Amino acid sequence: MSKPPKPQPPVLAPDSPEDRLRRFATIWSRAIFPVTATSLTRPEFEQHLLPLARRLIDALHGRHFDPAPAQEIGVALVAVHCTDPDALSRTLAVVESYLVLYCGAGDELTAEEARARCARLQHAIAAGFAAALRERTRSEQEAIARSAMSARSAALDALHATETRFRAVFEGAAIGIGIADLQGRVLEVNETLTRMFGGIEGQLRSRNVSEWVHPEDAPQVWRLYDELVRGERDHYRVEKPYYRGDGTVLWTNLTVSLLRDAEGRPQYQLALMEDTTERRLLNLRLRYEATHDALTGLPNRTLFFERLEKALAPGDGKRFGLCYLDLDGFKAVNDSLGHSAGDRLLVEVADRLQSCATGPGEMVARLGGDEFVALTTGPDTEFEADELASRILNTLATPIRIEGRELTVRGSIGVVEGPAGERSAAEVLRSADITMYRAKSAGGNRFEFADAEADARAITRHGLTNALPAALERGEFFIEYQPLVHLGDGSVHGAEALVRWSHPQHGVLGPDRFIPLAEHTGLIVPLGRWVMQESVRQARAWQEAHPGATDGGPLRINVNLSPTQLYHPGLVADTVEMLERTGLTPGALCLEVTESALIGADDDLLKPLRQLAEMGVDIALDDFGTGYSNLANLRRLPVSVLKLDRSFTQSMQQLPADPVDMKIVEGIVSLAHSLSLAVTVEGVETGAQAEQLKELGCDTAQGWYYARPGAPDRIHSLALVDAV
Amino acid sequence: MERPAWAPQGIDISVPSVSRIYDYYLGGSHNFEVDREAAREAMRFMPGLPKVMQANRAFMRRAVRFAVGEGITQFLDIGSGIPTFGNVHEVAHAANPEARVLYVDHDPVAVAHSEAVLEGNPLAGIAAADLRKPQDILSAVESSQLLDLSRPVALLLVAVLHFVEDQDDPYGAVAALRDALAPGSVLVLTHAAYEGIPLSEEEAGGTVGVYRNIKNPLVMRSREEIAGFFEGYGMLEPGLVSMPLWRPEGEADQEDPYAFSGFAGVGRKA
Repeated sequence: MSKPPKPQPPVLAPDSPEDRLRRFATIWSRAIFPVTATSLTRPEFEQHLLPLARRLIDALHGRHFDPAPAQEIGVALVAVHCTDPDALSRTLAVVESYLVLYCGAGDELTAEEARARCARLQHAIAAGFAAALRERTRSEQEAIARSAMSARSAALDALHATETRFRAVFEGAAIGIGIADLQGRVLEVNETLTRMFGGIEGQLRSRNVSEWVHPEDAPQVWRLYDELVRGERDHYRVEKPYYRGDGTVLWTNLTVSLLRDAEGRPQYQLALMEDTTERRLLNLRLRYEATHDALTGLPNRTLFFERLEKALAPGDGKRFGLCYLDLDGFKAVNDSLGHSAGDRLLVEVADRLQSCATGPGEMVARLGGDEFVALTTGPDTEFEADELASRILNTLATPIRIEGRELTVRGSIGVVEGPAGERSAAEVLRSADITMYRAKSAGGNRFEFADAEADARAITRHGLTNALPAALERGEFFIEYQPLVHLGDGSVHGAEALVRWSHPQHGVLGPDRFIPLAEHTGLIVPLGRWVMQESVRQARAWQEAHPGATDGGPLRINVNLSPTQLYHPGLVADTVEMLERTGLTPGALCLEVTESALIGADDDLLKPLRQLAEMGVDIALDDFGTGYSNLANLRRLPVSVLKLDRSFTQSMQQLPADPVDMKIVEGIVSLAHSLSLAVTVEGVETGAQAEQLKELGCDTAQGWYYARPGAPDRIHSLALVDAV
Repeated sequence: MERPAWAPQGIDISVPSVSRIYDYYLGGSHNFEVDREAAREAMRFMPGLPKVMQANRAFMRRAVRFAVGEGITQFLDIGSGIPTFGNVHEVAHAANPEARVLYVDHDPVAVAHSEAVLEGNPLAGIAAADLRKPQDILSAVESSQLLDLSRPVALLLVAVLHFVEDQDDPYGAVAALRDALAPGSVLVLTHAAYEGIPLSEEEAGGTVGVYRNIKNPLVMRSREEIAGFFEGYGMLEPGLVSMPLWRPEGEADQEDPYAFSGFAGVGRKA
């Protein structure tokens, strides 16, 4: 390679042997430093070579020439990591060129002898270097091999330790573990898995994974399996049944993972299985309990709705028939014979019903209480529903024997039949329910077919009923007033308050549309209270505007009381409070009560009315003549006014009037007057009528002839006209 | 897939190891043919690679002596590889016979070899841990009972960080170690870079390819990126420089051109 570097300027006495030695070492160091791997600095390295150079020179000049020490120079070079072959060649080049030149002078050595010795020294250096390098190489190779071996054995030990641990986990795991190759050959199964499959390991191992088919396998199971073994999927989790060796079924939560080698190539499949058989049974039982009626064992409402919804799902030619059965008079059985007899009756009914609906697509369920449903499905339900209902009534016709008694059970059935896909389950059931009530109100022990119009009416009623409370809160009610006129002079005597409902969808509704509903739900109490409060306030307002507007005193107000209101404990207190608050005199208020509401009323029930009458409030008997018109009773009642029903006066609209009606009215008026009761007639529509009634002695009248019901200011103006 | 902690890494000497390749560069025979093959291939692109390694060793030697001069007696050498000669404990013990050294490497063969070399030496030890898991290193330090982290330590990350890819968060690892060290500790660091290599980036890139092929990628970082490892340390004179220029003891201009590849520096934790 490069030429040997030039000698450095001497440090010691110039040209002394020591100085020559140093110069030689410097040249040597510069020559080989670039090919060493030492981390020594150059000066350090040179210092390191100095004793070696000295030994070399000593050997050159030895009295008895012995080249052996030069071998140690080669050895020493290797020891200071001059292992590169270049280090040797450069060393030899430096010795060849400079050893004799710098250090050969002196003693008796001839130049020729010096050359020969130098050559032999080089041979020895080379031999020593080679031997040392060979030794070093061998020992380092051995050392690294040993290290590799010991590292490997440590790794194997660790691997063995983890394998032992994992073998223990594998064997002791509470879940079943199995490993198979990608062809489905089972390689390993643990104890738990073997046990899950019935305890015989051979059976498990001998079967290919792909043979573990079960008819209840989810449809995607084998697709997932194929994807996994093809390496397209790393794991999947499914619920999967297996046959055990003895043919019983094992249900599992199965997780399958793909195991890959270090290069990512699929190698094995690992299956983890949890035995869910018992949990599944428990779930099935819970599901059964959740979907069946505990008393009769019939499907319950939940299951029935599930089936009904399926039956109602759209489908070509699909029809359904639904019979909704409610026993007639079941409450009486419960009340008279006790609940256990009632329960036994229901069980027997359930059994009989079940025998009526045994065909495919038919089912019977108990919705609760004494309500049952029978469902039939298929294309021919138009005919079958009828049949089914008849069968049910027939099967009930045979008396049921309970506790030694023969009980005759009857039922009312509402039948809904139609094509699937048109109505929801809830709609169908509601229609059936409505129809059942229709059958019941028609006398029971029969079935009726659903009818859209009847349904619509019932549904409207239902809707109105539901909307009532909010309507009251939102102020959707208002009051119209129909004047009451003195037949004697035609003056406005007062007005009857008539409540209206301004329904957001149905428009203005009359009381006949919603009062019965309010009566039914109890909302009549707050509604009636509101009507009375409004009317009393209005009457007071009229009075203040026209004190003494009529001869007979201030304008009066008639307010209707429904039966529920009549018997509401707060009636008297509420009325008094309203009168006091507004300052209306009790005599200006007339409460109208229907005759039928008072039928059979005993003294206790009449007490509130009596109290009000004693305060001066007028009580009018409304619709008189339509009920039983118990005249004897009339004496007992705290009434001061009779309101004749319009049916008596209708015939007087034209002349000549029906003489019988005339006689009746005349009789009633005479009777009333003899009991000191005033008589008001309703429905006066013509002048002739008014004239007749006046002649017959009636006191006051109302009707379209005078005015239709209207806003309060209309009464106001009518009264003003009177006053003029 | 990352190997789970419980599965020991298998020993496969048919796969080249950077420790053994390093040994080969330094003229040692602690290596196998696969290692030599990879080393020769790398040297085909960068013939002066052995000089880079030698410069690393020389720098480390100066830095250890410097640290001893600063009163530091504890050394933590991570990525120590296969100790051939001029190791930290030799240099440190020459300067202070009391000095304690803990070597850390993740190559099981290097660890086994170090164990053999250090057997019977009460002041030096070797732990198997990976720089990518600094907490493992700190646990190893604790269980070795060689070093007292409440006193200053010289942390040596010589020619190792360029084997930690960014995805393994080398900065986080260095920071975690720094946080565990007492004030006055020093960080001794060298790192490969294209800067300073007397070749074009393209030519030197062949070497990077060789390391990539043996699944031990060599990550070249810029001077600025390398300086980032010293966060939390005050850089000591002369800063982050080529290896031969860090406190040279001889004439740097006599150095081989390859010795100037990459950067070296020492910082002190405040």
